[in-house]
Amino acid sequence: MNPFTYRRATTAPEAAAAAALPGHRLLGGGTNLVDLMRKGVEHPETLIDVTGFSQQIELTPGGGLLIGGAVRNSALAAHPQVRRDYPLLSRAVLTGASAQIRNMATVAGNVMQRTRCTYFADPAASRCNKRVPGSGCDAQGGFTRYHAILGGSSACIATHPSDMCVALAALDATLHLLGPDGPRALPLSEFHRLPGDTPHLETELRPGEIITGVELPPPLPAMRSAYRKVRDRASYAFALVSVGACITVENGHFAEIRLAFGGIAHRPWRATRAEAALRSGPATPEAVEAALKLEFAEARPLDGNAFKLPLARRSAAALLAQLIGETA
Amino acid sequence: MAITINGTEVPLPEDPRMSLAEFLRDGLHLTGTKIGCNQGGCGACTVLIDGQRVLSCLTLAVQAEGREVTTIEGLSSGDDLHPLQEAFIAHDGFQCGYCTPGQICAATAMLRELAEGMPSSVTGDLSRPAPLTAEEIRERMSGNLCRCGAHNGIIAAILQVAQEGAA
Amino acid sequence: MSRVQNTLIESVRKVVGWVPERWLPGGTPDPLIGRHGAVGTQLAQLDGPQKVRGAARFAAEVPLEGLCYAALVNSPVTRGRITRLDTAAAEAAPGVLLVLTYRNMPRLGLVPLMGVTNLGAVGNSALPILQDDQIRYNGQVMALVLAETQQQADHAARLIDLSVDTAPALSDFQAAKPEARTPASILVERNEQSAGDAEAALRQAAFSTDATYTTPGHNHAAIELHGVTAHWTGNRLVLHDATQAVAPTAAALAKLFGLRREDVRVLSPFVGGGFGAKGFWDHQVLAVAAARMVDRPVRLMLSREAVFRMVGGRSPTEQRVAIGADAEGRFTALIHTGYSVMPPYSASPEQYTLGTRSLYRAQSYRFGQKHLDLDIVPNTFMRAPGESVGSFAVESAVDELAHAMDIDPVELRLRNEPETHPLTGTPFSQRALATAWRQGADRFGWDARSTMPRARRDGEWLLGMGCAAGNFPYVRMPSGALRIRLTRDGQATLSTSAQDMGMGTATVQTQHAADRLGLPLDAITFEMGDSDLPAAPVAGGSSQTVSIAAAIAAAASKLTVELLRLAGNASPLAGLRAGEVRLAEGGLVCIEDPTRRETYGDILTRAGRDEISVTETGAPPLEIFKYAMLSHSANFCEVRVSDVTGELRVTRLLGVFDVGTILNPRMAVSQLRGGMIMGLGMALSEEVLFDERSGRIMNPGLADYHIPAHLDVPEIDVTWTGIPDPRSPLGARGIGEIGITGVAAAIANAVFNATGKRLRDLPLTLDRLIGAEGA
Repeated sequence: MNPFTYRRATTAPEAAAAAALPGHRLLGGGTNLVDLMRKGVEHPETLIDVTGFSQQIELTPGGGLLIGGAVRNSALAAHPQVRRDYPLLSRAVLTGASAQIRNMATVAGNVMQRTRCTYFADPAASRCNKRVPGSGCDAQGGFTRYHAILGGSSACIATHPSDMCVALAALDATLHLLGPDGPRALPLSEFHRLPGDTPHLETELRPGEIITGVELPPPLPAMRSAYRKVRDRASYAFALVSVGACITVENGHFAEIRLAFGGIAHRPWRATRAEAALRSGPATPEAVEAALKLEFAEARPLDGNAFKLPLARRSAAALLAQLIGETA
Repeated sequence: MAITINGTEVPLPEDPRMSLAEFLRDGLHLTGTKIGCNQGGCGACTVLIDGQRVLSCLTLAVQAEGREVTTIEGLSSGDDLHPLQEAFIAHDGFQCGYCTPGQICAATAMLRELAEGMPSSVTGDLSRPAPLTAEEIRERMSGNLCRCGAHNGIIAAILQVAQEGAA
Repeated sequence: MSRVQNTLIESVRKVVGWVPERWLPGGTPDPLIGRHGAVGTQLAQLDGPQKVRGAARFAAEVPLEGLCYAALVNSPVTRGRITRLDTAAAEAAPGVLLVLTYRNMPRLGLVPLMGVTNLGAVGNSALPILQDDQIRYNGQVMALVLAETQQQADHAARLIDLSVDTAPALSDFQAAKPEARTPASILVERNEQSAGDAEAALRQAAFSTDATYTTPGHNHAAIELHGVTAHWTGNRLVLHDATQAVAPTAAALAKLFGLRREDVRVLSPFVGGGFGAKGFWDHQVLAVAAARMVDRPVRLMLSREAVFRMVGGRSPTEQRVAIGADAEGRFTALIHTGYSVMPPYSASPEQYTLGTRSLYRAQSYRFGQKHLDLDIVPNTFMRAPGESVGSFAVESAVDELAHAMDIDPVELRLRNEPETHPLTGTPFSQRALATAWRQGADRFGWDARSTMPRARRDGEWLLGMGCAAGNFPYVRMPSGALRIRLTRDGQATLSTSAQDMGMGTATVQTQHAADRLGLPLDAITFEMGDSDLPAAPVAGGSSQTVSIAAAIAAAASKLTVELLRLAGNASPLAGLRAGEVRLAEGGLVCIEDPTRRETYGDILTRAGRDEISVTETGAPPLEIFKYAMLSHSANFCEVRVSDVTGELRVTRLLGVFDVGTILNPRMAVSQLRGGMIMGLGMALSEEVLFDERSGRIMNPGLADYHIPAHLDVPEIDVTWTGIPDPRSPLGARGIGEIGITGVAAAIANAVFNATGKRLRDLPLTLDRLIGAEGA
């Protein structure tokens, strides 16, 4: 690691002010950043520890939940209200990493975590447009098992590795940001960018902005939700494909459906096309299948990850079938 | 600028690059904490900070300022072994012994998490306390890799201590 | 060389074949076989309390005054020549003491490769270590940086500026096949062997299978990283090392650095997992050289990435197995050939066809292996090199044939059990694989298996059962030395430089020594892991337990002679010869007349001695030329495969082992399970991702090279036939490696039974089950 200075911010405005300075990076649990610093991918000159504030989970006036950016993943998953009202989120977080890492990792850090593309993590020998814009992408034609089938570009086919964010996307969560121009809110599903020609720009975060929290809307009555993660090991592995869904069914029709995927794109993938096709329509396997086909119509799988297309469709179909069964 | 390690206050290292694992091993000669990958991939470096299990290889020592760190050396005193340490011997829960301190530290915290009703990804009903099963323990211990293949002994040892604790 | 070797080995076999049994080791069965003593009890690992406390001190943990820390720079390219190597920034960085490159590295010779014709050699790589500007594989060490702290060293290593004139590299397995080499021998065996016209027999067979199986590169992934602490005092060197070869490492370092052997001490009391990886590589040499140059103790612990890049693993293989059978299922042809990677500078031939050569009786055979020369980190021995991956191929093929013939796969195997070694006709010293099959089928509930694939289901999960055999040769190393020191208070200390990577060597040999010397367990101290002790060979080939056992037996015989001499005429034992007494109850006892006896203490006291010490080596392992000596296993497993996602879960696994005497049931179960779990990893997920475009390993970490996590590992049932081998010390055969063999095939066969899909490529990942179309 390069030498750096370490200090702690005690308030969100202090952290935001520091985040605007050159060479400054915010440090949450460090489970991703410290690893990338050791690998020579990240070279901050100053680390601002932001784990000392925004640690609360509280009810919002509207009946939703506001989760502080520094809440640890394990605390989030174990929170009684989350388990009761947003079990999808609890489940997704619990499938991520290991208990030790969940004890360290923060909610904001989880949102901000970087891709696990192995070429990205190899600055000594591999080209990566995300690390060095314009340098090329060695993942193309290489090992792409963990890479994108949707929304990729010739510049980058990396995926966002988070489980938590898939659940947040399906739950219509909103990020609370604080920056030089004051606070603002942004839906989580709009926060992460697709790579295009600028894969090094990963989020909509502006210079000097920080994530202070995540807000969940009030839980819908009679909602059923589930999360399924498919991976190469039974536990302690990133998703090849994951899928989170919340539905309400009335009279055999989807009253509400929200569906999101992980492991298949540069951002947690909210399946808006499939949702639109299904909403208010019959909750049947045929309808689900047609909608998923639509969702993946523009998928561009590669030799090394072509299996993810059927895997994602089948996993989602099975998950929705299970949820429909629960509502019956 | 201090950190409490196994009950003793020690000054923090000057170099913020030093991980907690490196500080324990190289700075304090507490080499019971192991480094197996230095990238959060094996769990051998597991220690407790304020009772919670964490990876000391991805924790900068300075991040632990003002907090209480417990390492494998702090789990037992004198000739007395911690019940988990006894059980690991009784069930042959190790061969080479390298991942063992991390497994035992993780198990100590895991038993507390289980007792507090914290769910895991294999818990069927999130609204109830998780049942005490081998499956639950396997999932909760999956962040600690073992290459000698002592998995069965490790799980049996933890299950035994958990059952005795629950009794 | 190896043609000469073939002739030599075959001559020895022939000669030993004529020699009467009783003249050979094992000719008269070890009298301890079948004795109920300390051997066979469930003694817990003696160093358990140290390990669970974290008090066991590993090599990279030895505290020394003035210690400095090393970091390495590994080559990012595969072939080429260094054109610029700017170390100025690194040298100027805070705390840096030394930057070591090919320019200032002491000129050293090459390390001889280990091999059957050079048993003392220890090298895994025949390449020069930091001696020139040539880059020969991706990951080769380019520089070492030494600094006051690890953080300073790691940082400065990144400041080295390197330019390379790259050269074309060979890294494509398929492209290299036309240039494959056919070695004359594979370890001690002639490589190409055949009997009859197997290809013709295959064509004419009533039933046949002929398929290609592939296995990827594997990494040992011991949790302890390779690490050393090197320390010079004048011309004396002490190296704290994590090694499976304590004395050979000391000898190699002495030779390399021009030292007297007695001026080098290698200490390795604990090794955090070996599996073949903890041998002699570049890092020991680099640390020793650096320590000498700065005249301070040096710690070098490889990063996990460096372990992947600089310490070779198991070679990938592509194997053809073809079996022909008559209408009754009797094999008429058995063919096993293939390719693996073995550059000329590597020591390990990945002997995947050797196990097959004794596994089944057939009317005709053809065996042979070809080596590919790729520019890679030298591959090496990894747990059951050869048999682990070879058994996947041959035991999958047997299952394919059984399915084609609609014969139960256990039954098909039983029909082809050989009476004697199928190729040589040599008698087996002991082989009860058939017993293991019957015992296992019964214990597992094999009769619940459906013969039809896809017949059992639980919701979305398809259920299946599979089985496979495994085998592994008995190896006993020549020349292992051991000292027994007996003191007047009736305590015995046994000393050998041998190594313990977690197998429980000291514990088991303490049990053995108690029985051999007739002493209680608490009177025995077993010392090891120190090259100043009598030299033992490398711990490999599952040979260490029987090799040490033979040395203890030999030393005990010598001790008997010496004690009788000391006892003299005033002793009740006067006039007795060594063959007329046994060691029992703390002394010597006349076999004919047990009232004639005397304790060790009394003998020593009368002789005015405080102690007696003898050092002896085990008899040469000639028994392996007289008999076919192998361990066998019958593996059974049950799997669940998601019909939706292709996810595979192993829910039950049983291994029945025919491995001779079990010396300590508790630790034997652990070791056999450990092997089986490595087989589980091989089946489920383990794969070194070698980018053939660049020659670089792309998953050099434990987050990406997936060894089994707790949730992947079911409760594993282990049992054994318990039949001693009459030709080996204690009736035992090694058990360190047999566990891994056959497991991947059993799982693949169960997957076929569950899904109807035959997977011939490891690992059995879900993409291979659901495919690109999700069919």
